[in-house]
Amino acid sequence: MCLGIPGEITAVREDDGLRVGRVRFAGISRDVCLDYVPDAAVGDYVIVHVGFAISRIDREEAERSYRILEQLGQTAELTADRDEPEPSP
Amino acid sequence: MKYLDEYRDGTVAAALVERIAAAATRPWVLMEVCGGQTHSIVRYGLDRMIPPTVELVHGPGCPVCVTPLEMIDRAHAIASRPEVIFTSFGDMLRVPGSRGDLLGLKSRGADVRVVYSPLDALRIARANPTRQVVFFGIGFETTAPANAMAVHQAKRLGLTNFSMLVSHVLVPPAIAAILGAPGNRVQAFLGPGHVCAVMGLREYEALSASYRVPIVITGFEPIDLLEGILMAVTQLEHGQATVENQYVRAVSPDGNRVARDLVFEVFEVVDRKWRGVGSIPQSGYKLRDAYREHDAEQRFEVGAIATQESPACISGLILRGMKKPGDCPAFGRECSPQHPLGATMVSAEGACAAYYQYGRYREAAAVETP
Repeated sequence: MCLGIPGEITAVREDDGLRVGRVRFAGISRDVCLDYVPDAAVGDYVIVHVGFAISRIDREEAERSYRILEQLGQTAELTADRDEPEPSP
Repeated sequence: MKYLDEYRDGTVAAALVERIAAAATRPWVLMEVCGGQTHSIVRYGLDRMIPPTVELVHGPGCPVCVTPLEMIDRAHAIASRPEVIFTSFGDMLRVPGSRGDLLGLKSRGADVRVVYSPLDALRIARANPTRQVVFFGIGFETTAPANAMAVHQAKRLGLTNFSMLVSHVLVPPAIAAILGAPGNRVQAFLGPGHVCAVMGLREYEALSASYRVPIVITGFEPIDLLEGILMAVTQLEHGQATVENQYVRAVSPDGNRVARDLVFEVFEVVDRKWRGVGSIPQSGYKLRDAYREHDAEQRFEVGAIATQESPACISGLILRGMKKPGDCPAFGRECSPQHPLGATMVSAEGACAAYYQYGRYREAAAVETP
């Protein structure tokens, strides 16, 4: 129910006093209310829940935190042939 | 899709599972709060990838599940009226009330329509000025901004034929109720990512401090959940109890202030009854008096409806993390998603329905009986 899907804003317009964005998800686009993300602009990614953007994705945080996870994955591949896992730090 | 696919990467998942195994030296019980998280965990089998010492129990965070039976009956009473167009998110339509579900009512001629957003219900109200359009406003803090905006717009645009049947619930009072219950087993929480995208971390910091419990605000993809589990287990192993944010790409510590401001303008906090759990003080929203003319309970005078639940159902214990679906003698027999007896079977995000959907009919009983 609290499903939130990330999508990219491709256009912004005004509709009945609301700020409405066209947001592209995997495969489809739809209109989304952007009133709650006043700073979000075309090209930004937002988390969309029941037709409303509730959060703008922080690109730098996303990249920084994912790089750490990715490195974890690469290290694990390098050590995948070992029997015992490395003790955690 | 960016920000989705990379969080399903198998190599990273395997590395996280390995880390969790290395970190967990003792048995721990973690609860994921949100029904969306439960669904991901069961769908991807995450609970079977992690070491058996780390047990996941499933929380109360499915608003469809916890919407009380009498509220479903109120929806029925309103939707049965000939002047009404009753609108709802799709997952409420199959939830049985005392006299069948909204889909059944629709098949008997009631004008019941599924909408994607509460703003769609507003559009229907504008296009049908001679009808009464009612939206079933359920949800947690994640959905409250959307429902608040719909009511606010209706008032602003003078759409007097639009009203909302409000059954909104809040996560922190439910966490407090779980932690305060005798026999509580939960030692750490995976917190609700999208709820916190709106509300921020402050309420969770207060909970974590007063109950000395680790809370890791967590996303919904497999990698998010495994990382959240690792962070929670690491805190438990080190004797820490703080709020950490795994879902940094979507959740800022202060949440979404703009959304919260409108929620507090439209709604006020009240005691709410939770299906399967009972009444929890200060655990939900109702419309403020200024928005009273858009309150469907007032408009249609359905407040007095009261009902009884099936005595066979143990969903209250499941929602508090004390039992699992396999512990219930009715699971998969008298009780199935087609004929649900109670809260946790009525929606795809309920723990029982998720177990049923992914074929876990014979899951061993979760709680060892002494």
